[in-house]
Amino acid sequence: MRWVQDLGATALRFVDDLGRFGLFTAQLVRALVLPPPRVRAFVDELYKLGVLSFVIITVCGLAVGMVLGLQGYNTLARFGATNSLGAVVGLSLLRELGPVLTALLATGRAGSATTAEIGTMVATEQLDGLRMMSIDPVHFVAMPRAAAMVAVMPLLAALFTTMGIFGGYLIGVGLMGLDGGAYLSSLESSVDFRDDVLGSFVKALVFGALTGLIATYRGYTSAPTSAGVSAATTSTVVVGSVTILLVDYVITALWGV
Amino acid sequence: MAFGSRPVFRDLSCRFPKGRVSCILGGSGSGKSTMLKLIGGLVRPTAGRVLVDGDDVTALSERDLYRVRRKLGMMFQGGALLDSMTVFDNLALPLRERGEPESRIADEVHDRLAAVGLQDVDPLLPGQLSGGMVKRVALARAIIQRPVILLVDEPFSGLDPISTRRIEGVLLDVNQKFGMTMLVISHDVPSTLRMANWLVLLLPERAVEGEPRALATGRDAEVVEFLTSSEATSAA
Repeated sequence: MRWVQDLGATALRFVDDLGRFGLFTAQLVRALVLPPPRVRAFVDELYKLGVLSFVIITVCGLAVGMVLGLQGYNTLARFGATNSLGAVVGLSLLRELGPVLTALLATGRAGSATTAEIGTMVATEQLDGLRMMSIDPVHFVAMPRAAAMVAVMPLLAALFTTMGIFGGYLIGVGLMGLDGGAYLSSLESSVDFRDDVLGSFVKALVFGALTGLIATYRGYTSAPTSAGVSAATTSTVVVGSVTILLVDYVITALWGV
Repeated sequence: MAFGSRPVFRDLSCRFPKGRVSCILGGSGSGKSTMLKLIGGLVRPTAGRVLVDGDDVTALSERDLYRVRRKLGMMFQGGALLDSMTVFDNLALPLRERGEPESRIADEVHDRLAAVGLQDVDPLLPGQLSGGMVKRVALARAIIQRPVILLVDEPFSGLDPISTRRIEGVLLDVNQKFGMTMLVISHDVPSTLRMANWLVLLLPERAVEGEPRALATGRDAEVVEFLTSSEATSAA
């Protein structure tokens, strides 16, 4: 019966953790509307999360677009529909790959860095130091980081998608000899602004909120040891990635975005 | 007070006289740092009350605790300085949060840095400071809001004898200049006996409090042994 006890304990821990996460989310949302607005910290985080992710997002977007261009061209060639390559690459990136892969990359790079930074602050008693100065650590530390992640994710996803479309163009037009006008015109005629572009934007916003929340929560609740910070950082990447993929399915299934 | 199923201390009752330097001594794991965190409301006891200037911090919500903590300053063992901020910004932070004007903030920051014997350290990051300087900056930050009670966690740990003497002198100067109640945790018995007006000794099964000299020369063999053997060890 030992395994039943272990299962029960695991379930209880999960529910307990979920409850704490809910409370943390409520604190964070409350901190968003309470003064002072922390503009300086928010802009600093935009730089750290956004500008410092610029290279990785650009390179990965370009690489994914090139692969899509190559695979898409070879597949479409079987049906004599290579002129639709722009639509295939554009829609794949806008509706799915752009926001999802950007969120996964941002979780691995910026999310893990955020967790490690906050976790180290916990381990070195910096958050307790803030509390003793009557400064709410959720407001001072977690809120600007989470808000910056929400703001930066749609921009990074847009960059990823643009670079991907460009990568597809390079392969389709530059390597395979497809007509450039045909690539762009199939892209333009198949992409709907409301369904595809706005849908992509909304997905990126949701993923940004999830990544920001998970990264700050894991850092905030990490054990005050080096092993604890390491475990929290790993957890951010694992839990964040799985959550993004699951929520992506739910959004796609419910709203067709 | 317990962490999970591990009790830290039970039936503990002690007081700290107003405006005086009180020191808390005890072996490793006796709950000295936990006692300071209880007073600051950073941890909650399993049972009992902690009265800080008349307020029971165990009964307060986190938001109400922020009101009580304005009366408290805490110098953490490792400094707990925000490592992404300069020394000046670390000290200025609580004043900026209160909306003080920048001209006044600069005066206050430089006054506290002078009180702990530091100057020209404004632009340095905590990572660029020596261990003794980190302690002094942490002390300056702890007194920046002129607290009623100052909590000091292991101010001498990791310091050489000269730095220990310097910090000891700074703590006594601060106590005299600002007249705040001071609670100091330390392993360093000679420093403690020199500084303290009041001593709380955390022993395995009980806590003892009193004037340091009276405790050191009293009839309680366990207390006398702790103080004299620790003193001998420190001297060696």
